[in-house]
Amino acid sequence: MLAFIVQRLFQAIIVMFVVGLISFSLFQYVGDPVNNMLGPEGTIEERERLRERLGLNDPVPVQFIHYVGNALQGEYGLSYRMGKPVDELIAERLPATIELVFVSALIALLVGVPMGVYTGLNRNSWLSRVFLTVSLVGISLPTFVIGILMILIFGVWLGWLPTFGRGGIVELGGWQTSLLTLKGWSHILMPAITLALFQLTLIMRLVRAEMLEVLRTDYIKFARARGLLNRAINYGHALKNTLVPVITIMGLQIGSLLAFSIITETVFAWPGMGLLFLQGIAFVDIPVMASYLVLMALFFVVINLIVDLLYYAVDPRLRSEHVGGAAH
Amino acid sequence: MTVSPKPPLLEVKDLRIEFPTRRGILVAVDGVSFDIAEGEVLGVVGESGAGKSLTGASIIGLLEPPGRISDGQIYLAGRRIDNLPYEEIRKVRGSEIGMVFQDPLTSLNPLYSVGRQLIETIRTHTDLSEPAARKRAIDLLGEVGIPSPKVRIDQYPHQFSGGMRQRVVIALALCVNPKLIIADEPTTALDVSIQAQIITLLKRLCSEHGAAVMLITHDMGVIAETANRVAVMYAGRLAEVGPVDQVIKRAKHPYTHGLMGSIPKLSRAAERLVQIEGSMPRLNEIPSGCAFNPRCPKAFARCTVERPDLIPVDRSQVACWLYDQVEERTGSDG
Ligand SMILES: Nc1ncnc2c1ncn2[C@@H]1O[C@H](COP(=O)(O)OP(=O)(O)O)[C@@H](O)[C@H]1O
Ligand code: SF4
Ligand SMILES: [Mg+2]
Repeated sequence: MLAFIVQRLFQAIIVMFVVGLISFSLFQYVGDPVNNMLGPEGTIEERERLRERLGLNDPVPVQFIHYVGNALQGEYGLSYRMGKPVDELIAERLPATIELVFVSALIALLVGVPMGVYTGLNRNSWLSRVFLTVSLVGISLPTFVIGILMILIFGVWLGWLPTFGRGGIVELGGWQTSLLTLKGWSHILMPAITLALFQLTLIMRLVRAEMLEVLRTDYIKFARARGLLNRAINYGHALKNTLVPVITIMGLQIGSLLAFSIITETVFAWPGMGLLFLQGIAFVDIPVMASYLVLMALFFVVINLIVDLLYYAVDPRLRSEHVGGAAH
Repeated sequence: MTVSPKPPLLEVKDLRIEFPTRRGILVAVDGVSFDIAEGEVLGVVGESGAGKSLTGASIIGLLEPPGRISDGQIYLAGRRIDNLPYEEIRKVRGSEIGMVFQDPLTSLNPLYSVGRQLIETIRTHTDLSEPAARKRAIDLLGEVGIPSPKVRIDQYPHQFSGGMRQRVVIALALCVNPKLIIADEPTTALDVSIQAQIITLLKRLCSEHGAAVMLITHDMGVIAETANRVAVMYAGRLAEVGPVDQVIKRAKHPYTHGLMGSIPKLSRAAERLVQIEGSMPRLNEIPSGCAFNPRCPKAFARCTVERPDLIPVDRSQVACWLYDQVEERTGSDG
């Protein structure tokens, strides 16, 4: 177990190193920050001073070591566009994105898994057909269309929910959360559902397919032949066996939730990382882009680590593989 | 035909199993009748596709749709069980009829420990407490020959070899002391070197627990060593049923003769026999009359017209016109 975690951590570090290298090389090859910050009017001295201050005159390996060292301390340099430290910008924006993705993932799981189980167990019921048909819509409509439709229906026509921005924010130990107030939830609900819909349908269909597959296996037949209760077979033996692929997909999907959150944040003017990143791209704001890259990579690595640990908890075959072979 | 006051443990009467398909109804099992007495081992043999597994599955109520019992009855200790409501047949499974499947590698849930699967089964059918069920599970694992059961009980299926897993499967089938075990090719998937061990174990345990066995196999050698009686199936029908020595040494049905070729020990008997040509007909191509007639070396006119029923011959029952005393015999002797 420990060896497994150490091995995974080691892999994670290598991945982060490579990503750090890539994001660092952005600075070397994309645009000239001094030009961007001072514009064409800056004097030679001004330029030189800025170059020195940004550390652009050091040899490249030294710059990289500085970069990594600073990144580890949470310093990502100054935003070219806003002239503010990037870590401050991120600290403002990150909670918004994380909460959005978290609530979306939760909705996708808590609704998708039960729907998948239901449609897997009751293949021919009319409700299953409704679920499957509606889910086709969820898969085929682009996120922004769904978002705009929701704004139109719940925001404009019905006037139930606010259509843009975050609200009801409470400060909680340096973390600005909108999950503690009703107002906060009224703001996050529509963007989160919009973002969740695609994953939700994906999870539902996956769980359903896995359920159908597992219900055909010999061990389920054998469980029936021993007269176990349907409840124990369906929600114990069968559901647990569908979890492994669901965990995999969910791990991957949290990544795409992060990616799609850029669109959702734009549609709902959600003040998160995605919006920051888009504005960063428009301005070739390298420090912002590079930090976004590193941060996203960090998310993926951490999620992968969690997924691996979950496998470990669910599947005993992995456990003994790493402990050293099966006993016979 | 039993006149004894006590009904046989299992009584299958005129069982017919159908599959409705777009191109009509396929009859996979047709008019099958047999009994199993308490504690008896009935071997069921026949080529692959003869309907052995379907017959076994229908007894325990696990026929998979669209397959259905369209005719006949099944009685367990005198009680009709083929038309029970779901909850009733569920209680019969495991507690009155146990089942052993072919492949031990896929029969056990990979995510649950062996002990959990045993304890869950025991507690589903009894009032035993968790510790009592656990103790029973450990005892059973010991009984089926798993070394250090106290340790092994908490291990997962993948930590057991194929043979050991089939022992666990047998323990699971027997853990609530059912009166009948249906074993569907319990050794086919196993290494040849351990097949005999598993069969011996199955037979010994069932006799110790007082369980009768319906042993489905296509291995006549296994039957010869294990069964009290044998039922031979061909194309969804019974060809011959009788005591094991009778069927093996003095097979009456021409198809049984052919099957005997598969026992190496009886090579002397096999010398006289020509290996049966051809293969079993598909369900939509079963010939009229005797289903075996296109392959039968002794077929005669009547065989293609009339379907033979089981008739008593010596101590067996045989479905073959050769033994119909009333009609004139025109069987060819070669
Ligand atoms: N779902 C099904 N649809 C149509 N035919 C089936 C189905 N399941 C089994 N059969 C047919 O039933 C026959 C008997 O099968 P089975 O009982 O498994 O044979 P055995 O166990 O003797 O090898 C086979 O010919 C098979 O093709
Ligand atoms: S009834 Fe005729 S075809 Fe069938 S086994 Fe007997 S002799 Fe052969
Ligand atoms: Mg079979």
